[in-house]
Amino acid sequence: MASDGGGLKIDNPVESIESLSKEVEKLKARLEEERQKLNDVALSTVAERLDPLPTLNIKPRRVLKGHQGKVLCSDWSLDKRHIVSSSQDGKMIIWDAFTTNKEHAVTMPTTWVMACAYAPSGNMVACGGLDNKVTVYPLSFEEDVSSKKRAIGTHTSYMSCCLFPNSDQQILTGSGDSTCALWDVECAQLLQSFHGHGGDVMSLDLSPSETGNTFVSAGCDRQALVWDMRTGQCVQSFEGHESDINTVKFYPSGDAIATGSDDATCRLFDLRADREVAVYSKQSIIFGVNSLDFSISGRFLFAGYNDYTVNVWDTLKCVRLTILYGHENRVTCLKVSPDGTALSTGSWDFTLRIWA
Amino acid sequence: MAYQPKTESPNGQSGIVEENPNHIVYRKMEQIVERMQDEQTGVPVKTVKSFMSKVPSVFTGSDLITWMTKNLDVEDQNEALHLAHLMAAHGYLFPIEDHILTIKADGTYYRFQTPYFWPSNCWEPENTDYAVYLCKRTMQNKTRLELADYEAENLARLQKMFSRKWEFIFMQAEARTKVDKKRDKLERKVLDSQERAFWDVHRPVPGCVNTTEIDIKKACRMNKPFKSAKHMQCSVSGGRISPSVSESELANPSEALKTEIITLKSRLDRRNVKISKVSESYINYYEQYQEYDPFLTTPEPSSPWISDSQELWELEKQTKEVPPRRVRRWAFSLQELLKDPAGREQFIRFLEKEFSAENLKFWDAVQELKQVHSKDVPLKVQQIWNEFLAPDANFPINIDSKSYELTKKNIETPDRWTFDEAAAHLYHLMKNDSYQRYLRSEMYKEYLNGTKKKTSVKGIRSVIFSGKKDQPSS
Repeated sequence: MASDGGGLKIDNPVESIESLSKEVEKLKARLEEERQKLNDVALSTVAERLDPLPTLNIKPRRVLKGHQGKVLCSDWSLDKRHIVSSSQDGKMIIWDAFTTNKEHAVTMPTTWVMACAYAPSGNMVACGGLDNKVTVYPLSFEEDVSSKKRAIGTHTSYMSCCLFPNSDQQILTGSGDSTCALWDVECAQLLQSFHGHGGDVMSLDLSPSETGNTFVSAGCDRQALVWDMRTGQCVQSFEGHESDINTVKFYPSGDAIATGSDDATCRLFDLRADREVAVYSKQSIIFGVNSLDFSISGRFLFAGYNDYTVNVWDTLKCVRLTILYGHENRVTCLKVSPDGTALSTGSWDFTLRIWA
Repeated sequence: MAYQPKTESPNGQSGIVEENPNHIVYRKMEQIVERMQDEQTGVPVKTVKSFMSKVPSVFTGSDLITWMTKNLDVEDQNEALHLAHLMAAHGYLFPIEDHILTIKADGTYYRFQTPYFWPSNCWEPENTDYAVYLCKRTMQNKTRLELADYEAENLARLQKMFSRKWEFIFMQAEARTKVDKKRDKLERKVLDSQERAFWDVHRPVPGCVNTTEIDIKKACRMNKPFKSAKHMQCSVSGGRISPSVSESELANPSEALKTEIITLKSRLDRRNVKISKVSESYINYYEQYQEYDPFLTTPEPSSPWISDSQELWELEKQTKEVPPRRVRRWAFSLQELLKDPAGREQFIRFLEKEFSAENLKFWDAVQELKQVHSKDVPLKVQQIWNEFLAPDANFPINIDSKSYELTKKNIETPDRWTFDEAAAHLYHLMKNDSYQRYLRSEMYKEYLNGTKKKTSVKGIRSVIFSGKKDQPSS
């Protein structure tokens, strides 16, 4: 860049780096100061006026058995009853969760299929993992599903997460190569890449706002970054976790994000306040969080942990309401169904469970 | 016990080890175990007599669970049991007479594992070590050391695998047996059980969870060179998929710092909202939506997952005789209104009356643009332009000059986002104008009341003519 330094000639790059670093530190301190000013009251204090919630009566309603390996990811179809799941043994299964029937089973050429997603139309699924690739499979009963598979894009490390951003035509992926990428399904082309994470990207979520042009990603650099999908620019960043962030999800209004981490906490970060507003933790919870999601009203925060359980938090009062026992190994994925009637969980115990 | 841990760091404190998320858990468990082992305030450990012999250094399951419910912030005995089970599965405490590492809140005896065998010592024991251990057990002619069936099978398998080395393994086992024999009787009892528990963690009984397994994602990461996450811009790893960050920028740290300064300054310039305000907004959102949250308000008819009846889903599909509960939701936001096919239908009719239906048509066309095949994008862009923005457009829309000029420029390089500014502008307009008027309109009120009346009439009828439900009721 020709305009570098704005007419200021820098003779000693070391010194300038030092002064620049100092300025960075100064700005960071000021930012922290500003953030503290906004911290006028705790969310749980404001929420004191709400009545405590009645006892939850959530029970396992379906058990989906069929995977021969650890279940690593799952996603609901918008039809509220179908689920796609992927597992360590390289299988991807399409379930009618309501009847617990398997509708398709696809064997991938790779093991550890870490991510899978249902397209909004319900006619396609995407998946990938240790093969570093995102592959789509159009679903049809006439033909063998695996014969129609198409590779859309390739990362330089494992693909950890993917989703269709409101359209069957695009896929958003996150990867161990510390980038996110937006791909065109039809042309199998990279539309936009997102650079900024300093570690493996573990999770992605699309903003529920009308325009749907922003998404959030989080990963092993302990940061959650909010992106503009069109420009590829990072527009906001959040930090605070003491270890890898494994999961990130928008609050249903789109004004905040929740994260779950290996530091055994979940946190709520508000986009308008530009800071952390709540921490969900307990001394007796010592295992990492792999996956989380909100109920329709945002009042319940469901989180799946490495200790085989799901903890249900009161998002506003910041207290744990109950524990869902059932899985016999780590809970890896957890999603509330599109109409909020059910919760699906997948585990290293090879099963998926539907709770309601 | 001659096997060696993989790394020299005894307590998992070195940076590389800490990266492994399993170690975060180990550290926390060890803190709890240390409290449990406190001589005054910990779990009561004793030596008990049983028939002819003594059982040294044990505690009962019920004592353990009582201690946990008293000293940890667990909710109830179930949570204490679950945590105790996990600590056993990780090998910190174990039943003295069972390979299955779990805890029961009764008089069963348990023992603490010696820190030497804690999983934080980075044990990755080899099969040869396991073979020596199993071989040794067969030499000690004691019932308590007899191999379990699965262990005998493992031994047979290992013997086959190491057939050439077997002599060496056998000799090692013999040597260890000799060393063991010199120990005090009670001490041997304890050590034998601790060694057994160690192998129960690393070679668990079939069907039990191997807690030493690492998430593959984390394992992949640990094999990579360490990356600094300090500065957002300069820490992108080698795996970049397109050069959106130039190589020179990466090579030039001052450039990265400048970028960071710009980012930080823009963050300082942001006007942010106070926590009290955002908290109120969450509460409002909850109060508005609690009626629609099936985990809070039991749906009517009940959840298909509970009742096994799909009636709820069938009802949601219909666009006639919409229940008032659903109609009320349309007033939450324009997004909610447009999401419901029935709401959308109503709103279009309202806009048609107002002669402003083109706004919604344009919005929908822009959304459709995001769904078409990429090869059709330029054509679709042109169509949208001709229909809504060109001088001789069929459905001319009114947008401000700024959005218009921008869109005109975007047209030259058509993509899925060409009309986004214009669409955002119009959406805003609809939201603040037509949508507000729709909510105040007689049309909405009538619809809301109409559906209310209809359902209430239907409600009364179903009471009066109960048993005649099949008759048409309109």
